Amino acid sequence: MDIRFSGFGGQGIIKSGMLIGKAASLFDSKFATLTQSFGPEARGGACSAQVVIDSNAVLYPYIVTPEILVAMSQEAYEKFIGDPKKGSIVLTDTDLVKPKTKRKDVKLFSIPATRIAEEMGNRIFANVVMVGFFTAITGVVSIDAMKKALPGSVPDRFIDKNIEALERGYTYGKELTN
Amino acid sequence: MKADPIGVATGSHYIDGDHACAEGAIAAGCRFLAGYPITPSTEVAERMAERFPKVGGMFIQMEDELASMAAVVGAAWAGPKSMTVTSGPGFSLMMENLGLAIMMETPCVVVNVQRGGPSTGLPTLTGQADMMQARWGSHGDYEIIAISPNSPQECFDLTVKAFNLSEKYRVPVLFMMDECVGHMTEKVVIPEADKIDIVPRNFYKGKKEDYRPYKFNGDNSVGPMIKAGDGYNIHITGLTHDERGYPVINADAQDKNVNHLVDKIIKNEEDIRMIETDQIDDAEVIVISYGITSRVALKAVQDARAAGMKVGIMRLITVWPFPEKLIKKLSSKVKAFIVPEINLGQVSIEVERCAAGKATTIGVPHAGGWVHDPNDILKAIKKGVK
Repeated sequence: MDIRFSGFGGQGIIKSGMLIGKAASLFDSKFATLTQSFGPEARGGACSAQVVIDSNAVLYPYIVTPEILVAMSQEAYEKFIGDPKKGSIVLTDTDLVKPKTKRKDVKLFSIPATRIAEEMGNRIFANVVMVGFFTAITGVVSIDAMKKALPGSVPDRFIDKNIEALERGYTYGKELTN
Repeated sequence: MKADPIGVATGSHYIDGDHACAEGAIAAGCRFLAGYPITPSTEVAERMAERFPKVGGMFIQMEDELASMAAVVGAAWAGPKSMTVTSGPGFSLMMENLGLAIMMETPCVVVNVQRGGPSTGLPTLTGQADMMQARWGSHGDYEIIAISPNSPQECFDLTVKAFNLSEKYRVPVLFMMDECVGHMTEKVVIPEADKIDIVPRNFYKGKKEDYRPYKFNGDNSVGPMIKAGDGYNIHITGLTHDERGYPVINADAQDKNVNHLVDKIIKNEEDIRMIETDQIDDAEVIVISYGITSRVALKAVQDARAAGMKVGIMRLITVWPFPEKLIKKLSSKVKAFIVPEINLGQVSIEVERCAAGKATTIGVPHAGGWVHDPNDILKAIKKGVK
């Protein structure tokens, strides 16, 4: 399964890819390879994390045509929407992405991840809300594995907040698809 | 000897190759790092700078790579296992003092996370074009050990081996990673300390006045070392020297000294050699690769086998010293060797030389910036089996 997580620098895009890869490889007994690309800017530039998840060892480390695209910025959406193969899942942040390029051959799901995070007190949790949403919609990793992946990857004092963010995104996704 | 538990971060981690290399170095007992930051290798130094205070190690960010390599040589002679880490442009600057380390038979590890070159080239993108520089980059005749990992797990495992080989042969070991492996994040399992084999520094224990820093007796082994500051009045130099370390500037001394540097590696090639092979017994074609390219090559080999082609694979974990005898032997059994690498033909030239016309050598060059498309390797395999 080839996954691209994209947005702008500072949104926690790489961290999202890291959490998904960690959950899959350490807690779901799969193989997961994460690669990343970013512009020269520390914040604000286009940024993407690529995760390849497989039941066998990953030989080719990069993704060519993602089967799941997550876009958390307009720029990232327009840049990457042409890549996914037919039937792919595309996840966006409702408020941050207003698709100009529309594809009818992919399944689009949206969540106001940043707004939910702001309701929780800080937009910094938006990426984890999106990861929860991703978990619910795609089923690529289990919610248990995602929860186990948080300790050590987010500051200890924010573990509870991150679990809440994860669960809010997950619940939103489950309600949307039920 | 087993690793000191204080430096071993036992457990399952999801980390990149650079961080895994840092953990491997600390587990191997490295306690001195000198370096100058350069993409894509900086994360190695970052992690070691963070971890060293907890294990009694020292990191110095030097003024440049010339000084970094010099500091590593000095530190190694003061006792601790020492390392530096860099990428292409910095590797070029280290060549002079790498030669000093070779000439003074100084155990140390030099990590080069390869990126595209020449010059500053592609700072953030991958390459494997420093392989010949690894072999011949410093002036004069010498032989070196170079290791190419293909995953973060191997960045851990093989960094430990790199330190072990450097101690065993008193030679700098070049750890030739590439940007793709360095920045790729995967599961890395770090074993318990008592499961990690370590070669400790062989310190001299005899009478002070009898100590000789070098051993040129033709048995292709190296003698023990001492620690600077322990009261030994010895001399070590980059000049051609005798067993006492004193300069002797004539052809006879040069013959002994330089042949020793070469023979201790070449004559022990089979002991140093780390190679993985699969299905080479009935192969008509063998794909030879190393580093990240070996993973992409395996994908091509699987596709070729599925199409009924008799293809074997050989992965060079140690690229230098080159497995010359092995390739020579295989060249009379196969039609062709396929050599994909992220450069325009470096190791493929060595394969071609060893094949000596008995088997065809088909290179699959790539100028850098990305890994091969497995289909390009598959096309070369198809050409080879014809």
